[in-house]
Amino acid sequence: MPEFYGTHVASRLMLGTAQYPSPRVLEDAFRRSGAGIATVSLRREAGGEGAGTAFWEMIRALGLPVLPNTAGCHSVREAVTTAHMARELFDTDWIKLEVIGHADTLQPDPFGLVEAARILTEDGFRVFPYTTEDGVLGGRLLEAGCEVLMPWGAPIGTGRGLNNVYGLRTLRAQFPDVPMVIDAGLGLPSHAAQAMELGFDAVLLNTAVARAGDPAAMAEGFARALEAGRLAREADPMEPRDMAAPSTPVLGLAVLG
Amino acid sequence: MRITLNGEPREIVAETLGPALDELGYGGARVATAVNETFVPAPARAGHALRDGDRIEVLAPRQGG
Repeated sequence: MPEFYGTHVASRLMLGTAQYPSPRVLEDAFRRSGAGIATVSLRREAGGEGAGTAFWEMIRALGLPVLPNTAGCHSVREAVTTAHMARELFDTDWIKLEVIGHADTLQPDPFGLVEAARILTEDGFRVFPYTTEDGVLGGRLLEAGCEVLMPWGAPIGTGRGLNNVYGLRTLRAQFPDVPMVIDAGLGLPSHAAQAMELGFDAVLLNTAVARAGDPAAMAEGFARALEAGRLAREADPMEPRDMAAPSTPVLGLAVLG
Repeated sequence: MRITLNGEPREIVAETLGPALDELGYGGARVATAVNETFVPAPARAGHALRDGDRIEVLAPRQGG
């Protein structure tokens, strides 16, 4: 199982907590998936509302490490301030760092991401950067102090799977010893299995489970796919080939025609 | 004094952030605060003087992906 910043995690699935039809469905999805980390966020709260405290109690009851995010932040300053607020709220120095470069694509801003990662690392945070498959950017993030990379599969919420398999495979090969999580863009369990087959350590997803007709069943589907994909990776798969090759022995074939 | 709370104009009597949170209904709530885009840690709230026109952000745990 993966290890992030010295912490062993019980599952290769990191699951988001947003968009579920109800808290009960969220709890069912987490239970059936066996997810190892719950991702959370922080938003404005009105006086006397109490929603944040109620949500926090529900998350604590899951008994999992939490990974707060800086979702929605478009500048270094916003992301850094949000990270500080998250550290106090969730009592963790883990932060899923998002610095968004474009509102429509939700593509990371690579320049702001590196700068924010450096600032936060120097301030004691353990940064999980939401990044792309760009290997140069990955290297800069590692230089900035990140010990985990979280390349996107596809833009957040699209469910398109692994958009650039070649790029992801290259990134994996470029930094073979760095824990890597495919974060965002997965829609189906087969996408998660493919991420495992490529050698990634975990996946982080939310919408694919929360917006499924039966979120708990989909969560379990992802968990099984992760197991299948990881087994395949460890089993050293065959190389694909262009021409057909019979699997049944040719030797001993009868002459009947 | 007049302040802005989570983007909305408000009038408060308190002169420091800690009492202001109590006055605005956050007593005991699990929240994190920023004033004028700068994080104010919980232990510093009581001594953080507010000025007319300050922009206060009060955030709480929420669902996220």
